[in-house]
This record gives sequence, C-alpha cells and structure tokens, in this order.
Amino acid sequence: MAYPLQLGLQDATSPVMQELIHIHDHTLMIALLVSTMVFYTILTTVTTKLTNKNMLDSEGIQTIWTIAPGLILILIAMPSLRVLYMMDEVNNPHLTVKTIGHQWYWSYEYTDYKNLEFDSYMIPTQDLIPGQFRLLETDHRMVVPTDSPVRMLITAHDVIHSWAVPTLGVKMDAIPGRLNQTTFVVSHPAVFYGQCSEICGANHSFMPISVEAIPLIHFEDSSTSMLAKI
Amino acid sequence: MAEDIKAKLENYHTAPFDTRFPNQNQTKNCWVNYVDYHRCQNALTAKGADTTPCEWYRRVYTSLCPMAWINSVIHE
Repeated sequence: MAYPLQLGLQDATSPVMQELIHIHDHTLMIALLVSTMVFYTILTTVTTKLTNKNMLDSEGIQTIWTIAPGLILILIAMPSLRVLYMMDEVNNPHLTVKTIGHQWYWSYEYTDYKNLEFDSYMIPTQDLIPGQFRLLETDHRMVVPTDSPVRMLITAHDVIHSWAVPTLGVKMDAIPGRLNQTTFVVSHPAVFYGQCSEICGANHSFMPISVEAIPLIHFEDSSTSMLAKI
Repeated sequence: MAEDIKAKLENYHTAPFDTRFPNQNQTKNCWVNYVDYHRCQNALTAKGADTTPCEWYRRVYTSLCPMAWINSVIHE
C-alpha cells in the first residue's frame, strides 16, 4: 500500500505488476540518461569559447543522431509490447467477482455458486480503531484466493467510477451499462487498498477499495461464513 | 451427450473464456448467454425434452451478469 513520502510505484503483488514495474524502471532510466546527455550537451554548447563560422553540414553526425534514437525507441518498445500481450493472454479464471460502483461505495457480487452480494463502505475517520488506515479501510473487504486467476467484471450503477488497486496493477473504468473485464493473480496473502479513480461526485475521494487475499484452502470457509452472515 | 453436459455442470467453476468475446467489453457475453438460456428453455419445453442443457447458459449468465441487470429485466 502507499506510504508517506512515497516516490515510486507500490510494491507488486501480482506478476503483471512486477513486469510493469520492470519496464517502468527500464524506460525511466533511458529517459533520465537521454535527458542528462542532452542537458550536458546544451550546457557545453552554450558555454564553449570555441567558434567555427565555416561549419555548414555534417552528414556523419546527422546519421548517428537519427539511427540512435530509433534504436532507443525499439529498446523501449520491445519489453512494452511483450508485457502488453502478456496482459492479454487467455487464462481460464478460477473465480469471477463482479464489482458495481455506486455513489459512493462499491458493491461486490460472487455469483458462481450461491448469490453472495455485499456493499463496501468506507469506515469514517471518527470510527477508525488505532492501527487502521484513514480513508482506505472499508467495512467489508473483497476476499479473493491467492495464486488463482480472478476475473473482475466492473460496472457502475449511476455515474462513471474506476476500480483501481495499484499494487495488483489493476485499474478499470466502471461505466453504467457496460461490463469491463480484467484479470489478476495475487501472489501472496495480504490486504490491498485502492481508491476510486474517476471523478464521481462529492464523495469520490471517500469510496476506497479493499481487497483481502487469503490462501485458497481458507477461501471456501470465508465464503461460507460470509454467506451465513447475509 | 447428456452425460457430458452433466459432467460439465458438475465441474463448473466460473464462466470459461469465450472466444467470441476475447476483449475487455463483456456486456454482449452476458446478454448472449441470458438470451440463449431463455431460447433453449422455450425450444426444449416446446419439444417436451429435458431442459438440463439449458442449465449451462444459466450458470454462465449468473456468473457474468450483475444481479441488478438480471432483476431489472425480470421486473420489466
């Protein structure tokens, strides 16, 4: 989850996010190197005492500074496309969870076997117990098993919302009348947080997402107990 | 054939990948399975045959379609 003075991306808890962090670091490094080189070149060009009023063209360097950026772009594109196609791979999910965005809460439905449905409201700041996270905790969490491809079907009830969990590398718009699909696999058990990512009215900042990943063997017990509660 | 469908229904976990809908927008997938279930029910009941094969479509559309969508169609 996010932490104070954070500069970079959150740690990955899904293989896709792992890859995204990797290409982010790779691309950012290239961008920083190019920027440093350009800055140095401008600095030296502007501060030099050397002058040559007869230099007209130089095909050699022009060829180099056309080919080199092309190669750099290929270096960036190759991992990027690899991850793009990896994200689109067919995986037969073990579980389908539907999430519906409302003003201003998320509701989750697990309807593969029985019809389990519940709402997930943010816990107001005054009701937090010590140790809980402000503006991120919810009364009911979405529970998923680890190491299982989970299919998320995301839609909305009223206005456009967006379901995002940065550590899983998931963000998908929730649009009324449309069912958007995304999949993820959780690597290890933990609780992950996210926030609504599309402006949706007064309490847009106060409808967080909270996902709890538990080992597969415990998942059935959890679903049974949730069903019993409702 | 009847044994196959029963085996498929028993081993059902969730709606499998449908090659007709490989992309992000699954609205049509939900719709098509809902319609197919009702068509199957009508067709097999008209013939007086067992409607177990239709169960598959019902399981798939229940997995995919939000409950609010299903309920609003029923109430209309």
